[in-house]
Amino acid sequence: MKTDPKGVLTGVHYLDGDYACGEGAMAAGCRFVAGYPITPSTEVVERISQRFPMMGGTFIQMEDELGSMAAVAGAAWTGTKSMTVTSGPGFSLMMENIGLAAMMETPCVVVNVQRGGPSTGLPTMVGQADMMQARWGSHGDYQVIALSPQSPQESFDLAIDAFNLAEIYRVPVMFMMDECVGHMTEKVVIPEPDEIDIVPRTLSDKKPGEYLPYEVNGRPVPDMVRAGDGYRFHTTGLTHDERGYPVMSAECQQLNVGRILNKIRLNVDDIVRFEEEGMDDAEVVVVAYGITARVARMGIELARKKGVKVGFLRLVVVWPFPEKRIRELADRIAAFVVPEINMGQMVLEVERCTGGKAPAVHVPHAGGGVHDPGAICNEIVEAAR
Amino acid sequence: MSAATAHPRPDEHPIAPYLRMDRMPHIWCPTCGIGTVVKCFATALEEADVDLDKVAITSGIGCTGRVAGYMKLDAFHTTHGRAIPFATGLKLGRPELQVVVFSGDGDLAGIGGNHFIHAARRNMDMLVILVNNFIYGMTGGQNAPTTPITARSSTMPFGNFERPFNLPHLAASCGATFVSRWTCLHIRRLTKCMRMAIRKKGFRFIEVIAPCATLYARLNRLGGGLELMRFYHDNAEIRHGIDTREVDIGYQDTIVCGNFVDDERPTFLDMMTSHYEEVLGERYVPMPPEGGWLHD
Repeated sequence: MKTDPKGVLTGVHYLDGDYACGEGAMAAGCRFVAGYPITPSTEVVERISQRFPMMGGTFIQMEDELGSMAAVAGAAWTGTKSMTVTSGPGFSLMMENIGLAAMMETPCVVVNVQRGGPSTGLPTMVGQADMMQARWGSHGDYQVIALSPQSPQESFDLAIDAFNLAEIYRVPVMFMMDECVGHMTEKVVIPEPDEIDIVPRTLSDKKPGEYLPYEVNGRPVPDMVRAGDGYRFHTTGLTHDERGYPVMSAECQQLNVGRILNKIRLNVDDIVRFEEEGMDDAEVVVVAYGITARVARMGIELARKKGVKVGFLRLVVVWPFPEKRIRELADRIAAFVVPEINMGQMVLEVERCTGGKAPAVHVPHAGGGVHDPGAICNEIVEAAR
Repeated sequence: MSAATAHPRPDEHPIAPYLRMDRMPHIWCPTCGIGTVVKCFATALEEADVDLDKVAITSGIGCTGRVAGYMKLDAFHTTHGRAIPFATGLKLGRPELQVVVFSGDGDLAGIGGNHFIHAARRNMDMLVILVNNFIYGMTGGQNAPTTPITARSSTMPFGNFERPFNLPHLAASCGATFVSRWTCLHIRRLTKCMRMAIRKKGFRFIEVIAPCATLYARLNRLGGGLELMRFYHDNAEIRHGIDTREVDIGYQDTIVCGNFVDDERPTFLDMMTSHYEEVLGERYVPMPPEGGWLHD
C-alpha cells in the first residue's frame, strides 16, 4: 500500500544521515518513537519530535534505554509502527527487550548510530564495532535483520525498508548507521507519497476465539492482532506454543526457537541485499559497509591504477549475511579484503563463508576516524600477490 | 452491562470468564495471596462494568508476574521490571486502551523502580497493582527492596539491615493520583478500591500486602498462611487519607491500610494534547484513539 502523506516531506533536501533516517521512518508510517538522548544519534529523535505532532505521531523521551525498547515493543502491539534510536551504550541496555521483541515476534526498528566503544568509548566519533552485537547481543538463539546505510540518501531509503522488513518477518530490525553517515550532510531526495510503498501490518482475519497468536499453518510468519481488538490474546517472553502459552519443555523450545530462526534462515535469499562493482575480472574482492564502503571505494580506485583487478561487494543488508555469494566468490578469487571500523567483526563472517578457499584479510581501525584509503589500497595490492 | 463484559456459566466459578481456565492449575503455592488479589481484581472489573476488549494487562517476572498470563484479557508477560514501560507503549500507541500493570514488589520496585517513579511523575494513565510479599518468591526468598528491617531472607540470613521502600509514599511523592494499600485479608475493601481505581484516570497505585508462607513466613518462622492472615487481622490499621510518610512497614509491626491519595491531575496524554493544541493550533494532528496505524 501507499504511505500516509502526512509523514512525507517530498522535495530535494540537504540533510544529515540522522535527519534523513528520521524522515525515512516518518515516511514509512512510523507514529511512535521512544528514546533516550545519546550522541551521536540524538538528531534522529530531535527531527521526529519536531514533526510528529503534525502527523499524529507520539514521541516520548523515556527514563532510559531499557524503558525505551520496552515501550516500543508495547506500542508495536497496538499496530502502531514503532522505533527507538540510540548508540552503543544505549544499544547494550536495549538488548534485554530486543530479545523480548524477537521472542514475541514484534515488528519494530532499532536505530544504532555507532560510535567508538567499548563502554563510553568515543561518544562523538565514529565506530562500526557493534555489528556482532546487532546479531548476537541479546541472550539465546534468535535472528534479526540489520541494515547499514552509506549515505544520508540511503539512510532515508533504508529506513523505509527497515519498517517494511520488520512487518514482513515480525522481527526487530537493526538500523546500523555510523557516526560519519549520521553526521554527514548531503542531498536527499524525498519522493511523492504515492511513490513510497509500505507493508502494512498483516492482521489476522480470524475471529476472536479462533485466533491463535503463533499459529502458522506452514507459513513462516504468524498473522498478528492488535491489543484492543477483542481477541484477548496472550504473549510472553517465555518459550510458548501456538496459543502463546508458556510450555516448559525441550520439544516446545525446539519448535518455538526453530521457527523464529527459520523465518529468517529460510528466506535469506529474499532478505540479503548487496551491491557489486567490477566483479567480472576480479581477483581480489573488497567487502565493506556504511561509511567504510565509501572510503574503500577510494582504496579500490588507487589499487586499480596500480593494475590490480579488484571488485567491490558492498553490504546493504548486513544480517542475514550473503553467505551464498561469498562462497561463490571464494571459489574463483585470490582473496577478500575487509576494512571496517572495528578490530575484526564482519571479517569473521567472511572468513566463515569462504571455508578456507580464499583468505579474508582484515583492515582494522579501532575507531575515532575512517581508514586511510592508501592503507586499504596497500592491503588490496598485497592480497593480489 | 456492556456486551464485552463476561458472564459465568451456572457451573463455573464466578470469575472463570475473566481467567484463562485452560491454563489452570496456576503455579502459586497453597495459601499464597496472589490468587486473592486476582479474585478481587476480576470482581472489580465486573463491578466497574468496563469494556474488557479495551483492557490490556502487563506483568513483569516473578510470582505476581504470572498474573497477566492467567487473565483473559489482552495480556503481555514481559521482561523483569519492564511491565510499566511496555504498558506505556501500549497506552501511547492506542490511547483508548485501559492499561493495567500487575506485578510484584521485586519487579516493580526493585529492577523496575526507575520506570515506576517516572511513570508516576508523568501521570501516565495506568493502574498499577503491586503485590508485596516482602521477598523475591520465585527465585527462592531473596532480599527485596521491601523486606522489613531484621526480617530474614535467603540472602540476608542474619536478618535484613537495608531500609525498605515505603511504596505508597514513593508513589505519592512522585505524583500518583491514586494511592492505596490493603492486605489480602481486606477482600471487600480491596475490591472496592480497585473498582474506584479502574474508573479513575492517571497513574493509580494499589499496594497489596500478601502472604508468602512458602518462603517469607518459613524463613522468619511466622507460621502458615492462616497465621499470616490472623496477623493482618490483628495488626492492620485502616487510616484513609493519612500522610504517606507515616505508612512505613516495620518487621511484624502495624500495617497501615487505606486509600491515602485520591487526586485529579491531567495525564501525560491530556497534557500533551492540550499543550500541542495551545501552541500548534490547527497544525496539531493527534493520534487517533485506536492508534497510529495505517488503514489499507
